[in-house]
Amino acid sequence: MTETITPSQTVGPFFHYGLIRPGQTDIAPSQVPGQRIVVEGRVLDGDGQPVPDAMIEVWQADAEGRYAHPADPHGRGANSGFAGHGRAPTDTAGVWRVTTVKPGAVPHPKGGTQAPHLTLGVFARGLLLRLHTRLYFDDEAANATDPVLASIDADRRGTLIAKGDAAGGTAVYRLDIRLQGDGETVFFLA
Amino acid sequence: MTAAYPADALKAHPSNDYPAYNSTARRHPSRPLVPLAHTLSELTGPVYGHDDVTAAEADLTTRHAGEPLGERIIVAGRVLDEDGRPVPHTLVEIWQANAAGRYIHLNDQHPAPLDPNFTGAGRIVTDAEGRYRFVSIKPGAYPWRNHHNAWRPAHIHFSLFGPSFLTRLVTQMYFPGDPLFAFDPIFNSITDEKARARTVSAFDLDLTQPEWALGYRFDIVLRGRNATPVEDPHHD
Ligand SMILES: [Fe+2]
Repeated sequence: MTETITPSQTVGPFFHYGLIRPGQTDIAPSQVPGQRIVVEGRVLDGDGQPVPDAMIEVWQADAEGRYAHPADPHGRGANSGFAGHGRAPTDTAGVWRVTTVKPGAVPHPKGGTQAPHLTLGVFARGLLLRLHTRLYFDDEAANATDPVLASIDADRRGTLIAKGDAAGGTAVYRLDIRLQGDGETVFFLA
Repeated sequence: MTAAYPADALKAHPSNDYPAYNSTARRHPSRPLVPLAHTLSELTGPVYGHDDVTAAEADLTTRHAGEPLGERIIVAGRVLDEDGRPVPHTLVEIWQANAAGRYIHLNDQHPAPLDPNFTGAGRIVTDAEGRYRFVSIKPGAYPWRNHHNAWRPAHIHFSLFGPSFLTRLVTQMYFPGDPLFAFDPIFNSITDEKARARTVSAFDLDLTQPEWALGYRFDIVLRGRNATPVEDPHHD
């Protein structure tokens, strides 16, 4: 007999001093090997207005595709100092930003691999339950064979694929998260 | 679909589309959620150690030069999964208003006093049996602008990770018998009665310390993982 779980409630508008700490937007300290990247974007509501009181949580593998977690058989080898977790609040323009290393491909339970991606959780006032999505990178050939992208209608796949811009030296990947309406981001039930 | 964590548990959660809570109107997804098989990306999640958190962070009443005003409380309980197994060594974070119902957050415009001796944020890592214990003061109810004469029942915000990305939980803990329950759309967004009851702490005389603080017990139940991952051929 299983017990009813504790249900979710909104993070509310005043979470910053409880959840946000210095350094959380820098996911990979400088000694962690891998391609250093910036990932940023806006969170937008159904009217296309910025959401200034959202928080994005990032979970990712290291550059070799290893999660720093006991459930990953290769996780013990994950780069030391790399926890793979970050948090970024949105600013008044609805923009969130993290610096990290680009993750490697990770295994899929049906065999083969998943294209490099970040797992994202979206919290905000007005969200009673965290939203779960992913961020892929537009310059990865593996996107074409990624089983999760393949499970999404072709016309919505792009909502998960960040566009890279290497003009400034460090590659910056941008992706807006649209909570509702035109171009609504794909959110998962898992 | 590989369902390492049974989906049944998710029925306890509120829907993001809950019109009585006005802020949901333009923020809830309008398209159906897309089913996602549980891969290593979902079955792993952030790990925090006891080294990351100091013991002092569990006492919100000793973080400043003086003691905060308000009714001193002890909030303690266990973090369990839906099969009753303890969730050890997981990070629990809390934040709350002060006794007057005011958050230290810059955007909180409620004209109630700030308390120079109270910030209202705490953290702890559960022990090997999933136990945690905070010392704080009872937060006050506070008004918000959702509807005419809207007041939030007194609550403490809780954030937990559990063992994977799928067990992540942000919730609110309420106090027993609050007269504001009937009028609060956030509390009532949880439509299942048993699930709603999970968010209400219980006064506990055994936890209460004579001459010092009232005790409230709050056990938290996270999603649980199947012992053996099952393959469901129908949702592939
Ligand atoms: Fe609150």
